[in-house]
Amino acid sequence: MNGAFPSTMDLYRVLPEMVWCGFGVILMLLQPFTKSRSFLNAVALVGTALGGGLSLIASAYYGPGFNGLIQMDSFSTFFHVLVGAVAFLVVLAAGPYLEREGLESAEFYALLLFATAGMGVLAGAQELLTAFVGLEMSSIASYILAGYRRDTLKSSESAMKYFLLGSFATAFFLYGIALVYGATGKTALDQIALASADASTSSMMKLGLSMILIGLGFKVAIAPFQVWTPDVYEGAPTPVTALFAAGPKAGAFALLLRIFATVPAATHFWFWAFWLLAIVTMFAGNLGALLQTNVKRLLAYSSIAHAGYILVAFAAVTAMTEGGGAAGTPAYAAILFYLLGYAVVKIGAFTIVSQLGGAGEKHLSLDDYAGLSQRHPVAAAALSLYLLSLLGLPVTAGFFGKFYIFKAAVNSNLIWLAVLMAMNSIIGSYYYLRVIIVMYMREPQSQPESEPTLRFPLAVNVVLAVTAIATVYFGLAPNQILKFILQPNLLGNLR
Amino acid sequence: MIPGGHLLSVIIFFPALGALTLLFLRGDDHVWIRRLALVISLAEFGFSLMMLPKVVIENKAYQLQEFGRWIKDPPINYHVGVDGISLFLVILTTFLTAISVVASWVSIQKRVKEFFVMLLMLQVGVIGVFLSLDLFLFFLFWEVMLIPMAFLIGIWGHDRRLYAAIKFVLYTMAGSILMLVGIIWLYNVTGTFDLPSIQQALQNNPQLLGSQTTERLLFLAFFVAFAIKVPLFPLHTWLPDAHVEAPTAGSVILAGVLLKMGTYGMIRFCLPLFPDASHHFAGPIAVLAIIGIIYGALVALVQPNLKKLVAYSSVSHLGFVVLGLFAFQQISMQGAVYQMLAHGISTGALFLLVGMLYDRRHTFEISEFGGLATPMPHLAAFFLFVALSSLGLPMLNGFIGEYLILLGTYLANWKWASWAALGVILSACYLLWSYQRVFFGEITREKNKGLPDTSARERWILVTMAVVTLWMGLGSTYITRRTDASVTRVLQEMKRNRPYEAAAPLAPAAPRQNSDVTRNLPERSGTR
Repeated sequence: MNGAFPSTMDLYRVLPEMVWCGFGVILMLLQPFTKSRSFLNAVALVGTALGGGLSLIASAYYGPGFNGLIQMDSFSTFFHVLVGAVAFLVVLAAGPYLEREGLESAEFYALLLFATAGMGVLAGAQELLTAFVGLEMSSIASYILAGYRRDTLKSSESAMKYFLLGSFATAFFLYGIALVYGATGKTALDQIALASADASTSSMMKLGLSMILIGLGFKVAIAPFQVWTPDVYEGAPTPVTALFAAGPKAGAFALLLRIFATVPAATHFWFWAFWLLAIVTMFAGNLGALLQTNVKRLLAYSSIAHAGYILVAFAAVTAMTEGGGAAGTPAYAAILFYLLGYAVVKIGAFTIVSQLGGAGEKHLSLDDYAGLSQRHPVAAAALSLYLLSLLGLPVTAGFFGKFYIFKAAVNSNLIWLAVLMAMNSIIGSYYYLRVIIVMYMREPQSQPESEPTLRFPLAVNVVLAVTAIATVYFGLAPNQILKFILQPNLLGNLR
Repeated sequence: MIPGGHLLSVIIFFPALGALTLLFLRGDDHVWIRRLALVISLAEFGFSLMMLPKVVIENKAYQLQEFGRWIKDPPINYHVGVDGISLFLVILTTFLTAISVVASWVSIQKRVKEFFVMLLMLQVGVIGVFLSLDLFLFFLFWEVMLIPMAFLIGIWGHDRRLYAAIKFVLYTMAGSILMLVGIIWLYNVTGTFDLPSIQQALQNNPQLLGSQTTERLLFLAFFVAFAIKVPLFPLHTWLPDAHVEAPTAGSVILAGVLLKMGTYGMIRFCLPLFPDASHHFAGPIAVLAIIGIIYGALVALVQPNLKKLVAYSSVSHLGFVVLGLFAFQQISMQGAVYQMLAHGISTGALFLLVGMLYDRRHTFEISEFGGLATPMPHLAAFFLFVALSSLGLPMLNGFIGEYLILLGTYLANWKWASWAALGVILSACYLLWSYQRVFFGEITREKNKGLPDTSARERWILVTMAVVTLWMGLGSTYITRRTDASVTRVLQEMKRNRPYEAAAPLAPAAPRQNSDVTRNLPERSGTR
């Protein structure tokens, strides 16, 4: 496969990305010719679904592609399907939103598809520079999406902040790659893993790994690199916020996990970092959320807190792989399951927020949610379900996610970390419950004049139904997903 | 499959089915919603009674067990079963729920459908907790039950309901999340969530938990969760708020059943799984229980608010239960189980009566009442009857439990018993004194003169409660015979699993040895 042209096999392994990018281009080309929102929406839906679906076909061709730049394995399939599904649901929910706000739809969908492709690359990348390309693809599209309501100050602020801080983080990431390359002479993960003990423990390597961690930590909103999150989440159009909360996070965590699973130097070096970051992140997210009165900001802080919970599982992986081998599998499974449950729930929650926000997203404060159970019982019930899942109550996906992380932590004898996580869950329960209580137990304020009758469009109802059913389904029968996640060759390159 | 088929599953999930059916009724059709809820709760009560003939009295094991695989890895199973301890707690739950439905007949006027749905869902959670034999399943029901209760308080409660609802949930959740860590830890050691299997594993290998410290930490992880629920002093502060703000039905279920989940958890999990740690902490726990008994009674004595008074009396009475459990005597534990049931009935009845007063006057302040016996003689008579049962008059239900507890505690440590006995005296003081202020004397308020006496519906409720009270006082052996075998089993399990203090005798000391708490502990650690 030394020719300039990639082999068919290689192409199969990037099939989802090709579809997503292809549809993105098609959408941009279609824009001058049609003004039909529903048509563009349909095209985008087909694109996202097709990409996600084809990743299942691509999964028949496991193995490294493009000379080991990317890796197609179950792990990558899992994340491709996940980001595909996320993109699909976001497109579905974005249709009515864009119409209400009077925003162009073709560009929006195109950017969303490019971002999705970037996340796909992140999930499959086996080589750091490829990962960087994926990171940039998803980031740059995200910056634009964050500022998509360019007439509003908040949205522009959001984009600006995201862009400035994001470029910083990317620079860190790139610099980290350079240093790792300097230490080992390689950029492919499996080859870095084979580097000599000297190189692995050299300070240059350590510095490089730290910088990679910082770069990715920014993307997944780990404290102390989380400060952008509330502002960006608040200012971005809500469907985009849903995407941010679910998609890039999954992609960056996937890459982090792959580095973690492949490069022993990273695993050991990062253990204390993760241990500490997990605690800082959980507290930063939960304590920050306590005071929020804006629902979007509240959910933003909650997503910081959840990044912290996931880090607990990362810390657990290290302790487990201490003995070598695939002992860390339960912790990987915990992370994957958590990301899945979390993505589903966040999309559902933000979709409701985007609908209740009303034209111009004016109704975002907690007071606007007072008495929602009487104005729109279904929305109140669904949002409660999502919040309870975020809180980690049984019979929801969130509960099993948290349960598996607890289990991984206890398995690795990280009892204190588990206890701290438990304490954080309690803090968290306060602000989630506060929203539920406001919805059910406070009398409604004066009816917002813009929405005399609260009725959700069909597409939104579909999103809500899918996410709600998934939340309960994963909470009742996590078996199927776990069976997939726990298969022995989840990561094709796992040591 | 043991004969009995799926009776327990029916008992657990029938109310959920009922709640689902209720959802299909029109929201403004209050009459039929109430009727249907009543039918469902009565049928459920009937189902729970069907357990009685099927449970073999002498059988120590869990009966009517059902087992189904749920999740393969980690192995989480649907495993339910009943024994003498849970049997009556389930019946108490179904009974009080039916009573609560009737009691809410007119007092709940807003969002009626949701109210009964929540009440039934609460029942599902509570019964699930009592019947689960899988730790995971137990935890699941334990958590699920929170939400309907919080809603009952938060939507249909009184003025400070939001505060009370949040406080209730946060307290319980704080305990239960630590319990989850404990459950997972236990799973890590034993490889299973199944209670009988864990028990078996610990019996086969008493050193399984690794070290004494581990066992103690695990014990605490479970115990704190239960102690919050009981509530044991000083974790009780959520209770007065929750009780006072909850609607009558909520208070009845809360006091009657939910508090028992804590003591039930102790006897089901803490004692048999961690006997060594239980003995280790018995002293401090008993002291806390005694403080709770006396403190609760004293606070009740000075309460200007009638409902809060009853709430604090719960703190006091539940202190007896904890004391009885941690005296580790057959008699005291029997008494503790009995007291759980008796307290459920008599305090439930007190809350019903207080609720009826509230329906008439919309206040709980004792100073607003006075001389009520004149306008409503029937209600006054019932109140007196219930108060007497609550303060432990012989021949009524409260007496048996407290008597057995004190007797057994005396065997273990006479000082504990004598301090606790103070609580009995104090309970007579606060109940009779408040009774006097509410019902006797001159009518001081104009409004109180024309208050109507009990309606036919209320009389039905009160007569039923009174009959049960009397029956439990006279026919107590019907219950104690059935709890006997299970209590014996708990004690046996405790005896077998004490790896770290093999030499220590189970019954700590004969009464005349006078070993008090502080001396008791160093003594035992000396034997190691």
